[in-house]
Amino acid sequence: MSTAAQKKGFGATLWEWLTTVDHKKLGILYFLGGGFFFVLGGIEALLIRIQLLVPNNDFVSAGLFNQLITMHGTTMIFLAAMPILFGFMNVIMPLQIGARDLAFPFLNSLGFWMFMLGGIFLNISWFTGQVPDAGWTSYTSLAITSEGHGMDYYAIGLQIAGGGTLMTGINFLVTIINMRAPGLTYMRMPLFTWTTLIASAMILFAFPPLTVGLFFLTFDRLFGGNFFDHEMGGNTIIWEHIFWIFGHPEVYILILPAFGIFSEIFPVFARKRLFGYTSMVFATVLIGFLGFMVWAHHMFTVGLGPTANAIFAVATMAIAVPTGVKIFNWLLTMWGGSIKITTPMLYAIGFIPSFVMGGVTGIMQGAAPLDYQLHDSYFIVAHFHYVIVGGVVLAVLAATHYWWPKMFGTMLHEGLGKVTFWFFFIGFHMTFLIQHWLGFWGMPRRVFTYMDGQGWNTANAISTAGAALMGIGVIVLVINAIMTTVKNERVGNDPWGDGRTLEWAIQSPPLFYNFPQTPLVRGLDTVWIEKQEGNESGITPAVPLQDIHMPNGSIIPLLMSLGLFIAGFGAMYRLEASWGLPVLVGGLAFTFLTMSIRSIKDDLGYYVTKEEIMNDLKREGGRK
Amino acid sequence: MMKGLKKWHFFSLLAALTVFLSGCGQKELSTLLPAGEVARDQFNLLLLSSGIMLFVILVVVIIYVIALARFRRSKLGEDYMPKQVEGSHTLELVWTVIPILLVLLLAVPTVYYTYKLGNVSAMGAVDDDGNAENLVVDVTAKLYWWEFEYPDLGIVTAQELVVPMDEKVYFNLAAADVKHSFWIPAVGGKLDNNVENVNKFYLIFEEDSKDLKDGVFYGKCAELCGPSHALMDFKVKTMPRAEFDNWVAAMQATEGNTADPASADQGEVLFEQSCIGCHAVSGVGQGPMGVNEAGAMGPNLTAFGDRNRVAGFMDHTEESIKEWIVDTQKHKPGNLMPSFDHYTDDELDAIATYLMGLTVEK
Amino acid sequence: MDLNRKFTPETWPEHPETATLEAKNKFVGFWLFLGGEVVLFATLFATYLALKNKGPSGMEFSTQGLYELPLVFIMTMLLLTSSLTSVYAMYHLKNYDFKKMQLWLGITAFLGLGFLMLEVYEFVHYAQEGFTFNNSAFSSAFYTLVGTHGFHVAIGLVWITLLIFRNSKRGLNLYNATKYYTFSLYWHFIDVIWVFIFSVVYLMGVVG
Repeated sequence: MSTAAQKKGFGATLWEWLTTVDHKKLGILYFLGGGFFFVLGGIEALLIRIQLLVPNNDFVSAGLFNQLITMHGTTMIFLAAMPILFGFMNVIMPLQIGARDLAFPFLNSLGFWMFMLGGIFLNISWFTGQVPDAGWTSYTSLAITSEGHGMDYYAIGLQIAGGGTLMTGINFLVTIINMRAPGLTYMRMPLFTWTTLIASAMILFAFPPLTVGLFFLTFDRLFGGNFFDHEMGGNTIIWEHIFWIFGHPEVYILILPAFGIFSEIFPVFARKRLFGYTSMVFATVLIGFLGFMVWAHHMFTVGLGPTANAIFAVATMAIAVPTGVKIFNWLLTMWGGSIKITTPMLYAIGFIPSFVMGGVTGIMQGAAPLDYQLHDSYFIVAHFHYVIVGGVVLAVLAATHYWWPKMFGTMLHEGLGKVTFWFFFIGFHMTFLIQHWLGFWGMPRRVFTYMDGQGWNTANAISTAGAALMGIGVIVLVINAIMTTVKNERVGNDPWGDGRTLEWAIQSPPLFYNFPQTPLVRGLDTVWIEKQEGNESGITPAVPLQDIHMPNGSIIPLLMSLGLFIAGFGAMYRLEASWGLPVLVGGLAFTFLTMSIRSIKDDLGYYVTKEEIMNDLKREGGRK
Repeated sequence: MMKGLKKWHFFSLLAALTVFLSGCGQKELSTLLPAGEVARDQFNLLLLSSGIMLFVILVVVIIYVIALARFRRSKLGEDYMPKQVEGSHTLELVWTVIPILLVLLLAVPTVYYTYKLGNVSAMGAVDDDGNAENLVVDVTAKLYWWEFEYPDLGIVTAQELVVPMDEKVYFNLAAADVKHSFWIPAVGGKLDNNVENVNKFYLIFEEDSKDLKDGVFYGKCAELCGPSHALMDFKVKTMPRAEFDNWVAAMQATEGNTADPASADQGEVLFEQSCIGCHAVSGVGQGPMGVNEAGAMGPNLTAFGDRNRVAGFMDHTEESIKEWIVDTQKHKPGNLMPSFDHYTDDELDAIATYLMGLTVEK
Repeated sequence: MDLNRKFTPETWPEHPETATLEAKNKFVGFWLFLGGEVVLFATLFATYLALKNKGPSGMEFSTQGLYELPLVFIMTMLLLTSSLTSVYAMYHLKNYDFKKMQLWLGITAFLGLGFLMLEVYEFVHYAQEGFTFNNSAFSSAFYTLVGTHGFHVAIGLVWITLLIFRNSKRGLNLYNATKYYTFSLYWHFIDVIWVFIFSVVYLMGVVG
């Protein structure tokens, strides 16, 4: 397949990527799509910081500023952090469990295209000049009175992208439950796979409330609903509850895979088994469970009453315990190991103090009466950036360097990688550490400007300077990626040298069917065990060489998503344009039509024969 | 390259330190310089939680630094094979139990203060004569300004809250349009002004605002409410009870005040023609909370001359007033007041002078 | 997978719905999907309860005056019966008796269609009385909750119709057995949701 691809023309290659159901290719698409939105959200962040550089600045207008903060938050959470993590899960998780693909390859493709088109839908708002502007939380008294179609882009765009996320979450769950290689019991699963499992379970239970909430918002704005109109008996607090019942688990959906990534990196570069594997697993499960119990700590100042506030305050603090267990387990993994400071390890080392900072400020805000002061001030901005950037983004950058060879078959330049790290890491702390104090000094969040004479000037200038450093770091990373791709120096199975999990025992990038023979898993870190016992390949096959069943590619997922994408515009312009209703109905009908084609046409996949596999192995044999 | 980077690191650290050491912010709006019991309770909780959290950070950093210093491959040699430890039940128990204890240490005062600060049971208390024992202020947040009504005293003002010191002042909070949040950082935490219900809480003001830089505490809107959310500031004037009673009496004495269309003052005439439909000049009156009742479409201007800012955030000068009237959208995008750009300079001067003369304190 | 492989009742596996990996995946995946659906409906129920009888001042509609239990009772009976007939169909799926399975599924669909028509009638009736979607927060929440359930019924009807006609010529195999089985899971789920709607919306609305 790989040699065949080289002979193909541009059109054929494009068609292959548009129709692919291969988890590795979809993973790369997720990674690139998410990366694109990450850069977009980053530019929005820089514009925000430029506006706040000096008091009374008029670099952007008040309205544009609100659009920037809304799109920055929405883009970073839904269109950057989640998809990039989904990219790594897609590529790596099946390799770690010895599977050939996800349980539902077709659905995987559908999930990706729904995310991509939902993201594009949301960002088309920039071209129409009607951009979401009620904050990424879109509290409804403001969101239903916001003029223009900005908030409709938000509601419909996220609805489409969220649907894709839910499908992919179910897909990951079924894959991990049903398709583990022989011998891979739950308590032998790598931590990244574990966190994928828990994060997916959280997606399954957290996204339906978001779906419902977004429907309510759409109904209220476009179809005369009254859910949030208090003069018609509605209640805006319902939105806040629904949003945070989704929103708090969402944060853990992001951070748990980040924990998983670092739990892979520490053992490899400390050359030592993960300390306290069992407690790490239970801590993950417990964090996932508690994540659903604490949503109202985002609402301490809403006026829910002291009893509700007290209960949610104590529940919130409880999360510190399993999180602390994880931190100490990572520290003890390094303790007594043989630490090699590679770029991924540098990120892991930078992660620990950064995330601890974000964690402890979270506990401080869990203390409800104190949160009355900190809530919606710059302290909270500092806190969640310490968690999301200091946790999730550092993990994403670490994983980018760590798994780049497995995804693309080349190695990012280590020197440039470290340059990226230092710029990003220093810039990050410079930007956000000082914001804790801005919060203490009374600066509310989401302000488009501030008056002189309140003592906030120097701190804001420092913060903006830090943001510029982060921007430089990301630019270096992009240059690094382009250089590496152009040079195209291929690497072997395990370029880091101490790989412990199954993905390091196969080619970089893997053959399209991943494993010529399904492996037998003999324990935690099975490749490490095999290598210690002298099996240089790192793998013991569980079955003899036999034909492999693979799924066919399909364009239908893209078409189905396109139908929804088109219907979204119809829904939005239904009332003011004559083409609105027909386009809404037509788009939905198109989606249902393509879906029926899929269900009526039998698609049973195809077989890769033993001979082809033998040929592939012979060809690959020359490279180790 | 690396050397240069480290220098940068050092420089940024130094810069950050300077800012931290420059103090606790400004007295009129810093949560770190509490000017009342509520803010002080919250500040104490901040000190307690920061202390616990610094302890945690310290422990982590110590293990972290030692581990990083001792167990480097560059020191141990490329071939060194660490012992593959599975874990340690004792250690894992230790770092489960100690955090639980630390969390409990913080949880107890948290619950105590949550109930203490949430207690508004004395709000409606009346003495034997049926008079309210406590001062109650109804705060209605509107796009982008604040209305303060004193229901038991029958007076209303806007943009500048006036309160007596050293007693519990109770607040009813509501919003007339979209959600806002009422926050006086130096005096206590915030509570939301919702559109569908009235939230209640109390604050205690313990310092005279006279001694502050501008003679007022700063208040903020802490919930995104539209383009001019950043400009939805208000000010708080605190004073001893006796002074406050005088102010109340002065406000009550403005009952029935209105602008005279036949006045010799050109400003008053213009005000009567264009402004009074939305802005009252009598401090007496009371409408249902959370509603844009007639005559209160815009901020009540009875005590405008005593205030500290124009439109909540501009310098309190006639120049600002004129700039504001001519182009309101330029200064506070999205606000509901129309711009009056057809006035001549003389007319603007007259209006500004008239407004500056509206005072109850002088 | 070989679609042409012929089975007899003797060679037909005891659990045809999970006989292959693909089937097992669909089976587990569908259960998980229903888990998500539970949360979706829970959110809708919670919103309905919060907004029940809430409207602009002077709203004339309330749960007591609006709902007509006899009609809803007939709907309930239709849907409960259709759940039972789908159980018969699954019984014949396990026995490898394709004709009887199709017949019982046809009856299931027929009963489901009856339910849906009555629901449409109910909605139209309310709307004619002035209780439209736009009337109040109460009406929005009511139509969204009950309507989402009705939408699920409609999807189920399209699904089973497609299955019945698509497979009418080629009979049962391990490829479509899972599809039939997951449909029946879905149908039971819809039925359970309706039981909750009947009790929480209608019974509690009229009695409470």
